[in-house]
Amino acid sequence: MNGAARSELWDWGYAREALPALLDGLVVTLEATVLAFAFALVVGLLWAVLRRSERRAVRGTARWIVEVVRSTPLLVQLYFIFYVFPEIGLVLSPLVAGVLGLGLHYSAYVAEVYRSGIDGVPRGQWEAARALNLTRGQTFRRIVLPQAIPPTIPALGNRLIAIFKDSPLLAVITVTELLRQAKLLGAEHFRYLEPMTLVGLIFLVLSLASSRLVRRVERWTGGLGWAPAQRGTTP
Amino acid sequence: MNLPPPLDLLPILAEGLGVTLELLAGGAAVALVAGLAAGLGRSLATVTWLGEPPRAARIGRRFAYGLSTAYVEAFRGTSALVQLFWFYFALPRLGLSLTAMGAGVLVLGLNTGAYGAEVVRGAVQAVPAGQREAARALGLSEAQILRRVVLPQAALRMVPPAGNLLIELLKNTALVSTIALTELTFRAQALRAETLRTVEIFTLTLAMYFVLAQALAWGLGRVERRLAVGRAGGGS
Repeated sequence: MNGAARSELWDWGYAREALPALLDGLVVTLEATVLAFAFALVVGLLWAVLRRSERRAVRGTARWIVEVVRSTPLLVQLYFIFYVFPEIGLVLSPLVAGVLGLGLHYSAYVAEVYRSGIDGVPRGQWEAARALNLTRGQTFRRIVLPQAIPPTIPALGNRLIAIFKDSPLLAVITVTELLRQAKLLGAEHFRYLEPMTLVGLIFLVLSLASSRLVRRVERWTGGLGWAPAQRGTTP
Repeated sequence: MNLPPPLDLLPILAEGLGVTLELLAGGAAVALVAGLAAGLGRSLATVTWLGEPPRAARIGRRFAYGLSTAYVEAFRGTSALVQLFWFYFALPRLGLSLTAMGAGVLVLGLNTGAYGAEVVRGAVQAVPAGQREAARALGLSEAQILRRVVLPQAALRMVPPAGNLLIELLKNTALVSTIALTELTFRAQALRAETLRTVEIFTLTLAMYFVLAQALAWGLGRVERRLAVGRAGGGS
């Protein structure tokens, strides 16, 4: 490295050089975020519906799974999927393992969001569905979920932002996303300040912009009447 | 001591648990200070006080608001791991080198504190305006109103969400393993490389975090109930 040019506090040239690699990393970050969110939306719904099961054992099991997933660190869950799954013959690429781990972790949070939506559907709706002789599946599909989910959209949006902010954890299982790109660049040039600061700024700008968008959506959907209270419990 | 597998791994993992608890305690202390300061800084400017405050107080409040808001937005807008890496790898360039433990406590604390500030702000704003008006009518000064009337009532509302944040903080302590601090998760990783007993190690580690989180939740629930005794509308 050329010491003379790199002795100043902030090196704009280096920052510019770093940017293309960081943007490559950002693409991977966004990919992982979107895929994990899709996974969480589906699996979260499964937990939420199972928690409303008529069988006590099913209800209890779903509740426990959500509780365990929510109260243990995402990082350890990622290690678990990345290192344990190959032992049972399931070799996953880092990105797939990461998406699975991130998606599973957030499915527990998404399940809580759905749950508040389902709890917000008036009891009379269930009773009316029963009076009309709908099966349980039909009641969920046609009556409860169409009313339960729309009011939760802003809260789901907040979960999406949370997934985005937790996606750098995939760096530890060698997914070359935004943060790992910065770390590799820093190690190569012995300078972490510029790439790390840029990564922080990229995250800041994107998450502030998306929070603003969620707040706007919240205002649109705010008129849906009995929108259940969404208490953000987690980052 | 010879325990049957997989329990023989437990003593080794438990050594890391001590460091995890240190991170939790240190982070919680930093978070408490930062969260209260930033939360008050943000809420005092928006709470409408009775009467016209002196000019110096108005400017001070606006400054405190700006500073707290910048802090809260910056730490809530980026991820804890990015912050940790920035403090550990980038900050030395600006002349401040931190140990892994120092960076861990500082970042975990500041990160949780940013979320805590919003808890404090919400709680302070939820205290009915009539309380301040009544205190004013009794001749209390601004500082007395804050200390004796607003904060005691707000504190009660802060407890449940602050408890959730504490559990999030516990989960975030695992992040510090990535900058080579030998806490629980780092121990687990080192042990995996050594023994390759992957399933046992990570199952035990998850179980340890789970038990710790449940114990915290249980303890916090008790504190909440005790504080809510004899108070209407508290603890919610």
